[in-house]
Amino acid sequence: MYSTEIVLEAVLNGLLTGGVYALVALGLTLVYGVLHIINFAHGALLTCAMFMVWAAWAWLGIDPYAAVLVVGPLMFGLGYGMQRLVIGPASRHDDGNILLVTLGLAIVLENALLAGFKSDTRTVATDYALEVVSIGPLLLSQPRLVGFAVTIVMTALLWLVLNRTDIGKAIRAVAREKTGARLVGIDVDHVYAVTFGIGCVCLAVAASLLMPTFYVNPRIGGAFVLVAFTIVVLGGMGSVVGALLGGLLIGAVESLSSLYLGDSLGQLGIFLIFIVVLLVRPTGLFGARV
Amino acid sequence: MTSSDHRRDASLSRRALLQAGAAGAALIAAPAVLRAQAPAVKLGIIQPVTGALAEAGELGRLGAELAIADINAAGGLKALGGARIEMVFADNRSNPEAAAQEVERLQGEKVAAIVGGFGSGLCMTATQAAARYDLPYLVDVGVADSITTRGLKNTFRMAPSFSMATSVALKNLVTLNDAAGKPAKTVVIVHEDGLFGSGLAKLLGTELPKLGFEVLETISHPTPARDMSNIALRIRSLKPDLVIPSNYYGEFVLLARTMQQQRIRPKAIYAIFGGAASSLRFVKEFPQAADGIIDCNHWHDPKNPRSAEIRRRTEAAGKSYVYNVPLNYSAVTLMAEAIEAAGSVESAKILEVLSSRDFGSGVMPYGRSKFVEGQNVSALPLNTQIQDNDVKVIYPDAFAQVKPVFPLKA
Repeated sequence: MYSTEIVLEAVLNGLLTGGVYALVALGLTLVYGVLHIINFAHGALLTCAMFMVWAAWAWLGIDPYAAVLVVGPLMFGLGYGMQRLVIGPASRHDDGNILLVTLGLAIVLENALLAGFKSDTRTVATDYALEVVSIGPLLLSQPRLVGFAVTIVMTALLWLVLNRTDIGKAIRAVAREKTGARLVGIDVDHVYAVTFGIGCVCLAVAASLLMPTFYVNPRIGGAFVLVAFTIVVLGGMGSVVGALLGGLLIGAVESLSSLYLGDSLGQLGIFLIFIVVLLVRPTGLFGARV
Repeated sequence: MTSSDHRRDASLSRRALLQAGAAGAALIAAPAVLRAQAPAVKLGIIQPVTGALAEAGELGRLGAELAIADINAAGGLKALGGARIEMVFADNRSNPEAAAQEVERLQGEKVAAIVGGFGSGLCMTATQAAARYDLPYLVDVGVADSITTRGLKNTFRMAPSFSMATSVALKNLVTLNDAAGKPAKTVVIVHEDGLFGSGLAKLLGTELPKLGFEVLETISHPTPARDMSNIALRIRSLKPDLVIPSNYYGEFVLLARTMQQQRIRPKAIYAIFGGAASSLRFVKEFPQAADGIIDCNHWHDPKNPRSAEIRRRTEAAGKSYVYNVPLNYSAVTLMAEAIEAAGSVESAKILEVLSSRDFGSGVMPYGRSKFVEGQNVSALPLNTQIQDNDVKVIYPDAFAQVKPVFPLKA
């Protein structure tokens, strides 16, 4: 058995990692809540964002954290354009089609990255990647603390945007009643695309938080998106707060199961939770819509 | 040629015309020179130059290239009329399926033999694919015992298998510990969960207790892994005297650095085939984390002056020196010697020679290499320790450059 100190540190490490998971899930849950689509391209888009952060560092010498200022707008544009020009027109207002279109986009994006960057694993080398902050007897990773703080800020920002701004009101209106929203003069296609764009900005932020300590290859998004789907299901489809809390919970579970079962089996706990939630509480912990 | 081309030709200056004429003459002359030589012998070199193991694969390729350049510069394969060796390179993409596919491609390109492979899993599929064509295959690194124990007639391994290396590593560990007054009693094993790490961990788990060491825990992790904080936590809680890691470069560096940051300082990090434990890149980038780490691994013979030259050439190519370079250099020279001795590029003749006689070992400390059931029985790993920002041989005494530092200061 491990001492409480070790277990506590593993839980904290997990919660901090869970913050980044939550950020990925946030984009997914937002797109689901408004567009009612399960975005299979989410993982591939995360990979794109991670490559952008890597490229900014490797080619332009921009620090991964600062890169979000470049990658954020780029990802917003990519998301907006994809929804407006590809997903929207191709879906013809049928949710089943959207599913297939996003799946197709995921395949195209991943293979484009594979063609461009090969299957190499790339990393960003920073001085602060392995810095630790000691709090009492505990040693916590500095990049993870940063990631956690940024996730909390992002969630709060997203909540404010949705609840306190005109575009937020429009997004919520479209989410609740598309036809009604159109009748009162909301440009539904624009709102769809903006929502998709915001989802992609979440990925850009997640990518810049991940890159200092993680690596990227063209297939890396899949690993995160599977976790993100679990979080979305756990937190409740479409719930922002649910995504945050779900992310933290999943992070802690993963860390503990890797402590007790070994790193090779670390993700086992996550998928056990996924199955249990589907069986016991299919609406998730916070089954509310945005 | 159209009439407009004629007009343009007419406007060429006399000097340009002379240059063009000289170049043309050289082109016409070149095939005549080639015709005078024996046809080149194609040698398949297979390494992972993309994917998770790309860095090691690049260095393996460099070693092979240096050897081929040296052989060709010295007049090629004399028994085959001075035939040059032509490298046909294959990238196994750090992926066992791709490794088998690439062997099919090399067979299609009519290579005389294949050298390389690197990872154990990669070598398993590649040697099996080559066995279908009786294509001679000399494994460079792939240490899993099963590579040569499956009875494949085409498969030979230059370097020690992990059971050979482990018995040497354990013998030297006991020597080291006894000489220091037995300060180390407990061990934690950290290994990658592939064929190589798991096999080694299992073997250590049965052998270490027999030698009086207590294995507190065996921790596995996937490759690639980018987080070692939980593993470091477990090590911190177990407080072992020794940590024995068996993994690839990235994970080894991450583990050593995470341990350094979490202020975990065992009496020794005693690696067996440690991914970075005898890599000069690691020493250069993270000297503090690397200091004092002991490894039992493939390493060149430090007393052979040619090994220093290979290291110099590696560094001149802008790369950090690690065992993949001398090992592949030596594997290619061995295969060239076998083809010379066979006097032919026929598979059956090369295989016959490989299993019947002994060979020079390039710059490796193997004396004469001799294959018994595919395994080079002369192969010997060396123990190295990172001291004064360099990799130095500490055991066996015949090759030692410095005295070991053990136990490390807490």
